[in-house]
Amino acid sequence: MHQFAITPLGSETLTGSAFQFTNSALWMLIVLGAILLFMWGGMKRQLVPGRWQASVEAITGFVDNITRANIGAEGRKYLPWVLTAFLFILFSNWIGAMPFGIVPAAHPFTVTSQFSITGVLSITSFAIVLVVGFWKHGLHFFTLFVPKDTPFVLKLLIAPIEFVSFMVRPFSLGLRPFVAMFAGHILLDVFGNFVVQGLNSHSVLGYGISGLCFVFVVGVNALELLVGAIQAYVFALLTALYINDAVNLH
Amino acid sequence: MTDLASAQVIGAGLAAIGVGAAASGVGTVFGSFLQGALRNPAAADGQQGRLFIGFAAAELLGLMAFAVAMIILYAR
Repeated sequence: MHQFAITPLGSETLTGSAFQFTNSALWMLIVLGAILLFMWGGMKRQLVPGRWQASVEAITGFVDNITRANIGAEGRKYLPWVLTAFLFILFSNWIGAMPFGIVPAAHPFTVTSQFSITGVLSITSFAIVLVVGFWKHGLHFFTLFVPKDTPFVLKLLIAPIEFVSFMVRPFSLGLRPFVAMFAGHILLDVFGNFVVQGLNSHSVLGYGISGLCFVFVVGVNALELLVGAIQAYVFALLTALYINDAVNLH
Repeated sequence: MTDLASAQVIGAGLAAIGVGAAASGVGTVFGSFLQGALRNPAAADGQQGRLFIGFAAAELLGLMAFAVAMIILYAR
């Protein structure tokens, strides 16, 4: 599908140099610019916060609350990464849902609709878990797979299950935001096509279906904004939970 | 359509059943949360993190079904 295609800007094909400035890179820079603008506008440190500062403080306070509730007093140390991942996923989900397509020749792109992006985010989270776990506990980190005070027979059963569930984490963590965006945009694409095809049919039934689909698309768009926020929240929450496993070992 | 292509479409359609099953799972998560929350509204806000962990676990299986459907549909 056209909206998921990654194309280099300037030239037509992916041949030539190994490093090319693609539309994905461009939209990542746009997301970064939006985050910078948003955070910069709210860092004036006024005693009585204005609207902008209040909204920035609401988001940072929200993520700070996630890390403190799930990791404990030490959670402060991991706030930078959790907040970074949360803001990046939230902004790229929402910027991808904005109707930039009405500008002629604009080619909007949702950064998080590619598994390579969300996969790198989840691998970074997983790497933090491994590094922190082995740094703090050494080889005792492996006791994560064996719950304390379990009968020996059950340990044999539980250890492999815990191991598999631990190794699946980076995969599932990255798959979730990717599929949510991918499936949502396919749904919008399909029903947007129905609107156009209904209008082209020049029949009363076609116009009726077109109108129904239009209402549906508006509703799904609103749902997409909600899903984008929920996925960012879930990513931050699960990252905090996994880091908690590494810090506190059950 | 060749046999392989039609088998792929049927397989992807069967894999999509899992998405519907995940829908009932997500409904159960939120429904049960609401049942508990309405009985003790004071404790509801503290359990929101667990609500979303349950939601994420239930939703993940539906997303897996979607990924399997895509792999079946476009694998050659």
